[in-house]
Amino acid sequence: MAEVLFFLAGIGAIAGAIGVVVLRNPFYSVLALVSHLLSLAALFLLLRAEFVAAAQVVVYAGAVMVLYVFVVAYVGGQDEPLGPRAGRGLRLVAAAFGAALFVELCIATLGSGLQAIGTDGRADLAPGFGSPAQIGELLLTRFLLPFEIASFLLLIAAVGAVVLARRRGGITAAEDQARYSAMDMLRPAYTGTMAEAAGHRGAGTPLIIPEAAGSTDEEVTAVTAGSPDSGKDPSTPPRDKDA
Amino acid sequence: MAIGWYLVVSALIFAIGAAGVLTRRSPLVVLLCLELMLNAANLALIAFARMHGDADGQIFAVIVMVVAACEVTVGLGLIVAIHRRRLPIDVDEMRELQG
Repeated sequence: MAEVLFFLAGIGAIAGAIGVVVLRNPFYSVLALVSHLLSLAALFLLLRAEFVAAAQVVVYAGAVMVLYVFVVAYVGGQDEPLGPRAGRGLRLVAAAFGAALFVELCIATLGSGLQAIGTDGRADLAPGFGSPAQIGELLLTRFLLPFEIASFLLLIAAVGAVVLARRRGGITAAEDQARYSAMDMLRPAYTGTMAEAAGHRGAGTPLIIPEAAGSTDEEVTAVTAGSPDSGKDPSTPPRDKDA
Repeated sequence: MAIGWYLVVSALIFAIGAAGVLTRRSPLVVLLCLELMLNAANLALIAFARMHGDADGQIFAVIVMVVAACEVTVGLGLIVAIHRRRLPIDVDEMRELQG
């Protein structure tokens, strides 16, 4: 039973890996990586690593892949063009390099006479091996410093991602100023805002001067009410409060 | 199953990921291939943890997953920044690292 599960999960993992490399659309590559991660979680379960398998499914295939899908959708996810640089020569060289690396790794792990690899190579396990209780206890006692460093690294990465992906230069001062002055233009005069009241109190002008509403010039009133020294000009006809 | 089979699968996934990093031109897919390589290393770590009956390798795998998540976050932030500047999203086109 374990052999059948191993071969199913192993073939699924390798097929997913090949799909990531071969497929042209990045969106399909992400989906292939999700299937690869699920197969790999099955392999982890066969190796009695329950907590790592659960974290793989929840964190990797759940959260990180959602982040990938969002970025692919944002960037566009277009097929990569067939340029002259990614020609057949580079493909062949890369495939040869991959094959050589695989052979070398197999020789290094299997042919070097590591003890207990050639045999069944399984140690006797404690009852709670790989459970969340054991992993949590190890993380909080023996591996406390790597745990804290990992949390700090996550914090740095989050801040760095926000800094990298923000709008370039942020909100500039000129843009900010333009927006506020436009709002001042649109805001009707003498509506009792605190800034307006402070400006007019400083100029020593009474807040409401009753006058005929028909003689007010709309634009002049709006522009001069926006400036702080508008109250000093006696020729400006201020508007009524509810005009 | 013997542990060697798991190591063979791990080596194969690592080789596929390395070939993909060399071949593909989109930085998104290059990041995906890097994930493949990290996962291959995770599989080897957990296989060795099973071999020794010791959970330290699993702790190592969890830490590797954290580092991979950080790398993905920063890499995707870089890709979004490249896209904002209307630069071509192609690792062959980006040869200059100065801002």
